[in-house]
Amino acid sequence: MAANLAQLRSQVELALAGRVSSPFAIPQRSVEIVSTGISEVDALTGGLPRGALTEICGPSCSGRTSFMFSVLGGRTSQAEACALVDGSDAFDPHSAAAAGIDLQRLLWVRCRTLEQSFRAIDFLLAAGGFGLIALDLGDTPGELVHRVPLDTWFRFRRAVEGTPTILFVLEQEPHAKTCASLVLRVEAEGSHWNVARAAAAAGFCRHPFSRLLDGSEIRAELIRSRAHRGLPADFRNAAVFETREKFGFARSRQP
Amino acid sequence: MAFASVHVPNFLLQAVVRAEPDLRGRALALVEGDPPLWKIVAADEGALQAGIELGMGGSQARQFSSVEIRRRAPELEISAHAALLDAGWSISPRVEAVAPGTLVLDLAGLTSLFKSVKKLALALAERAAGIGLRPRIAVASNIETAILAARGFPGITLIPPGREAESLSSLPVEALLPSAETLEILQRWGIRTCGDLAQLPLLPLSERLGQEGVRLHEQARGAHHRALTLAQPQISFEEEMALDSAITELEPLSFLLGRLLHQLCARLEARSLAASAFRLRFDLQDLEEQDDFPETQKHSASREAKTYEAILRLPVPMRDPATLLKLLRLHLQADPPYGSIRKIFLTAEPGRPRAGQKGLFIPDSPDPEKLEVTIARLAALVGNSNVGSPQPVDTHRPGEFRMAPFVSIPEEARPVRTPASAGPASHGGEGGGTLERKSRRTVIAFRMFRPEAPAHVELQEGRPCRIAFRGARGEVAAASGPWRTSGDWWDERGWRQDEWDAEIRFASPGGKSSSRAKTQNGIYRIYYDWTRHNWFVRGRYD
Repeated sequence: MAANLAQLRSQVELALAGRVSSPFAIPQRSVEIVSTGISEVDALTGGLPRGALTEICGPSCSGRTSFMFSVLGGRTSQAEACALVDGSDAFDPHSAAAAGIDLQRLLWVRCRTLEQSFRAIDFLLAAGGFGLIALDLGDTPGELVHRVPLDTWFRFRRAVEGTPTILFVLEQEPHAKTCASLVLRVEAEGSHWNVARAAAAAGFCRHPFSRLLDGSEIRAELIRSRAHRGLPADFRNAAVFETREKFGFARSRQP
Repeated sequence: MAFASVHVPNFLLQAVVRAEPDLRGRALALVEGDPPLWKIVAADEGALQAGIELGMGGSQARQFSSVEIRRRAPELEISAHAALLDAGWSISPRVEAVAPGTLVLDLAGLTSLFKSVKKLALALAERAAGIGLRPRIAVASNIETAILAARGFPGITLIPPGREAESLSSLPVEALLPSAETLEILQRWGIRTCGDLAQLPLLPLSERLGQEGVRLHEQARGAHHRALTLAQPQISFEEEMALDSAITELEPLSFLLGRLLHQLCARLEARSLAASAFRLRFDLQDLEEQDDFPETQKHSASREAKTYEAILRLPVPMRDPATLLKLLRLHLQADPPYGSIRKIFLTAEPGRPRAGQKGLFIPDSPDPEKLEVTIARLAALVGNSNVGSPQPVDTHRPGEFRMAPFVSIPEEARPVRTPASAGPASHGGEGGGTLERKSRRTVIAFRMFRPEAPAHVELQEGRPCRIAFRGARGEVAAASGPWRTSGDWWDERGWRQDEWDAEIRFASPGGKSSSRAKTQNGIYRIYYDWTRHNWFVRGRYD
């Protein structure tokens, strides 16, 4: 049987010689990976794949928006055009600018309904040329997003495949299933309040309770990654990183 | 020294056919005047063969079913002549507009560019065909000979220097446009052609016909020389179309706009320009004339202006008619005209076309034409004010920003992905990808509540200790504040707020901390509004 197969294989290869170099070899597509801007997450995931769908999920205040801003900041600083489809109109341009996003390179689409968000994504994918298209469904109830047919996610995956675009979806729970090349779950591990730094501020504002928000500790867990297929079971699938409050941004107004 | 003359035969007809390409190849006649006194003023060969005569009444002409009857359209003639001038300027900078549909171009120095005079004439014919006209072209060593040959001979005529008289000899003397009196005299003498006239002795001819006789004699011999009167380049590009019957639907309107756009883009292309903006104007039908218009709306609307105007500004100059038509359609869908359209005016503001070569290592960016259509579609989907690039404004008022148009700016992009700077293959990457390893400090992000959520806050020693909003109650575990801001106190939009960053732990209605409540735990920004005397939640850190 095996001999027959080998013979058949050699016959096919011979017949296609000169036209197809290696008919039985699966072509290896070189996928470009880009940094998330967070070294701990890069070490965990290898980065975000271009031409693929990436999901980042987590509850509110879990650090998922900070993660998205970090990715957007990285892409816009590399002179790439990015788009943000804001499913819940929660984007704060001041916070985004403080996170390093070049707002001139960001197309912001403020949607009111889930249907609008998905149609906007369709338009943007059809236009092409964007380095990153982010869909923010962070405040959209999971039950609503769960009703989105799976073929919609398949359509998105097919549309983005073979392009240099990263399709990035922020949501409470992952919904794209196998259509997503990378799924990360983030969770806040705790927040830091800087009382020492506040002491100086307290002297200024003469307020005895002053403390300053210093940042949060975020745990990112790798739920799914095509790049990590076949890795050992003891592979470390979580990383912890910190988000820092940018004092100059949030407290630029004098107390 | 050589001159080329471009003459559009049956110019009145060709101007109409240019606007209605479907008429090409069909018998066509034009009427002028108001019924019942309208008369045929122009007819093509097919119409004349069918029995149409110039001066025939319009009602009589309508009996000929095989002949298309159209009204003479002076605005189309103006557009066609302007387009012809643009075509002429695309070849030579020195152009004279002799008459509607007739130009003369100075070809001095152009033969080295076009290799030969014939190629130049062919290029000229091609440009004219590009704007929907079928001209006759003649090249001669002087202006009048070129004009006469273009008027008299079909196709392309090249007259070598020294053979002007021979070439023009077969033309009828009517081609010299003599006065009616002179023409009658010449006919009585038996002079029928330019060759006959050229053989007459000049001195006796001048004694009998005066200076006009001398001019005609020189023209017939191809020896009349004069200087070129240069036409001034037209700055505006405008096309207009009057409609026989008013239209209300978008589909037929798009069809007509498509035609006008094609014509304008061809004219812009002939001048190596593109459009940076379009001005669209419709003359609308009186609402009283429209039977199908609701009576209740007639009175209120009839007082309004009977024109519709719209401006389509383009972020980058473009001249692709298909893209521009899509943009105009989207614009009209979002802001439709209020009435039936009788006349369309479309003006293009010229700009330098976008010229740029993408670098090998410059990131890909959306194609400006596609991007503009996409943004227009998005604007139609979510509203104009909800699409764009957010820009901070010069104020400390919390949450203030403005939406600026999003423009793709690849020209300013700097190289980022050089082969040398590409990182090593990442571990486990599909097919061995590359990763730019660059990490920055991660800044905590903020998500806005739009509109802000009213809250009930309990204070303890001046600090928030408990809060309730959006149906949830929570304890304030830690808080930072108050951060007092105020501004614009001199007008009604003044604000004064005390802001707090508060870490809130929510509890379920039963008092215990449920999993649902846990998902809402986090740091929120709350503030007390001194103008409204209430607490609000501005958003949360995420």
